[in-house]
Amino acid sequence: MNDVMPYIALSGILFSIGCVGVLIRRNAIVVFMCVELMLNASNLALVAFAKQHGNLDGQIAAFFVMVVAAAEVVVGLAIIMTIFRTRRSASVDDASLLKY
Amino acid sequence: MYAFHEGGGIPVVDPTSADGVFSLLWLVIALPLAGAAILLIGGKYTDKWGHLLATLLPIGSFAIAVAMIVALVGREEDDRQVAQHLYTWFEAGQLNVGMDLLYDPLSALFLLLITGVGSLIHVYSIGYMAHDPRRRRFFAYLNLFLAAMLMLVLSENYLGLFLGWEGVGLASYLLISFWQHKPSAAAAGKKAFVINRVGDMGLSLAIMLFFVTFGSTSFTVISEGAGELSEKTATILGLLLLLGACGKSAQFPLQAWLLDAMEGPTPVSALIHAATMVTAGVYLIVRSNFIFDLAPDAQTVVVVVAVISIFWGAWIGCAKDDIKKALAGSTMSQIGYMMLAAGLGVAGYAFAIFHLLTHGFFKANMFLGAGSVMHGMDDDVDMRHYGAVRRAMPVTFLTFAMGYLAIIGFPGFSGFWSKDKIIETALAENWVVGVFAIIGAGITGFYMTRLMLLTFFTEKRWDKGVHPHESPKVMTVPLIVLAALSVFGGVLIINDWIVTFLEPVTGVPAHEDPPLPAAAVSVLVVLVVAVGVAAAWFLVGRREVPREAPQDVSWVTKAGRNEVYGNEINDTLVVNPSKHLTTALLATDKYVVDGVLTGGPVAVGGFAGFARRIQNGYVRSYALSILAGALIVALALLAVNAA
Repeated sequence: MNDVMPYIALSGILFSIGCVGVLIRRNAIVVFMCVELMLNASNLALVAFAKQHGNLDGQIAAFFVMVVAAAEVVVGLAIIMTIFRTRRSASVDDASLLKY
Repeated sequence: MYAFHEGGGIPVVDPTSADGVFSLLWLVIALPLAGAAILLIGGKYTDKWGHLLATLLPIGSFAIAVAMIVALVGREEDDRQVAQHLYTWFEAGQLNVGMDLLYDPLSALFLLLITGVGSLIHVYSIGYMAHDPRRRRFFAYLNLFLAAMLMLVLSENYLGLFLGWEGVGLASYLLISFWQHKPSAAAAGKKAFVINRVGDMGLSLAIMLFFVTFGSTSFTVISEGAGELSEKTATILGLLLLLGACGKSAQFPLQAWLLDAMEGPTPVSALIHAATMVTAGVYLIVRSNFIFDLAPDAQTVVVVVAVISIFWGAWIGCAKDDIKKALAGSTMSQIGYMMLAAGLGVAGYAFAIFHLLTHGFFKANMFLGAGSVMHGMDDDVDMRHYGAVRRAMPVTFLTFAMGYLAIIGFPGFSGFWSKDKIIETALAENWVVGVFAIIGAGITGFYMTRLMLLTFFTEKRWDKGVHPHESPKVMTVPLIVLAALSVFGGVLIINDWIVTFLEPVTGVPAHEDPPLPAAAVSVLVVLVVAVGVAAAWFLVGRREVPREAPQDVSWVTKAGRNEVYGNEINDTLVVNPSKHLTTALLATDKYVVDGVLTGGPVAVGGFAGFARRIQNGYVRSYALSILAGALIVALALLAVNAA
């Protein structure tokens, strides 16, 4: 139990950094990177628990998360690029037209 | 009240089945109905010959009517009721209404009047409507009217009568507002229709009461069962029927539509609003004699309504400068005489019908004459713009004069005999009513002489550019025929023929000695009429007639010009309260009902308008919401697991 504790702690720290980054940063690329950070924090937790339980379930789940993250990057970067091209800005606060 | 002849009583309708010439009865209605159908469905393809067809068909009906009355007179007196069953109209439970026709002396006379005068007016209309672009439609409506009117007088039950009753109402509406491009004509049609609805309500309630009381609306069944009717029910039935009659016959208090109805083409005024349709109320009362004979109170109301109408109409007739409206006032007054006779009971029915027939002749004659004058005067109706028309239009003048002499009751003319009989009967019944009737005759003499003088005598007051000319033959020939009928219509009373003829329908009155000898009454009436004529001569004929109606006139004249404030009375008593009620209901609907029903949605909508502000478009704020939600879910799970 104790041997996974550092991994979980690291995972928690990474997740918190990602979380705060998403909430406070305006640059879309940075926000994006923070999202990746959160995904990878969860991957770390999954893998650590898989090691502790001695089976591969967690690792397989981590693979799925990676696939989703990769797909997300493809779509997300494309969106960010398009927004930047039309608005000359990568600030998420500027892209606020879709509202009430 | 007049009693029945000893041994007699309320006559029972007991027809035999139709055979021989009577089997053509249905054709009398079918011919004009077919004409209306062909002209309306055929559309513009019948434009060229439609009016000729529409004129020939009523003449065909007239020929059948003549053949049938000859056959009827040839029969025994107690065998003069013929019924024809066409088909079962509808059947529901114990309710069985047949499409049955009844041909008896009463409907026989009506048949002759409707088809005869109707045919003449069709012929006249060929000339009168020659240049109207919608002539075909006009003739189609006229045929439709004839079919409905014939249905009204031929039906053997009240429901069939009602069918015709509504049919003539429809035709009247269509023809009053025939020149629909004139807003006044359109409004007049609507007015006639709406006021007639009030009367129709009375008639339809009476029909329902017949159903409830007798289980049938057939004249045969009702007249057989009438003996067991309580006086109360009979009175209610009588009053309801009277309400219907008042609406159709423009009697007080439902008279206001008749004056406006003059917006229609003049042949319509002659046929519908003088000779036939407006007398349907009189027909209804005479036809329902088996009810009225049992309800003396209802008869009294009929007499009161009739007397009021006689003076109301005469008052209007004295003051109007519009020739057609003056004649319309006179029509109302003369129908008042018929209603008076009908209200007098068994002794008066025959004279009501007699006056109805002679009035049909002379009033149609005068209306058509007025139309002929208008034709020559470029459709001007103001008598103050006429004067001395007799030289320009001799035929119109002479025929009109025959009608005039008939309506004032010049000795020997048809109106003399018929009005005299009514006054005699009224005097014998109740001398007050009789005196009223005599005064009414004097006023008739006044207003008709005024009309005559203003139109045909006095000096010319024509508009510039108006050149009166005699109307074409197709218009003057019907005038001549009607003038002859106005003169000689009195022959029906020779040997009391019409009274005897109608006895199978109306019953046989007991012989009573009149309080005054008949000759004395006649002399008295003629003297009173002479006073009226002389008054008109001194007030109108001897003075200069201004082209504009003078405004500084007595209140009597003002009231007459305003139709004795009939419209204002209606407005005050009915129209305005209804309007206020409608406005109040509308407000209730808008603010109370709608308030309750839309209050909820409005509240939800208002909340949504506020809540949608949350959707601010900032991705980071959404991310915060997601995080908060996730934290809440996580904390909730922890709390549940801990507990």
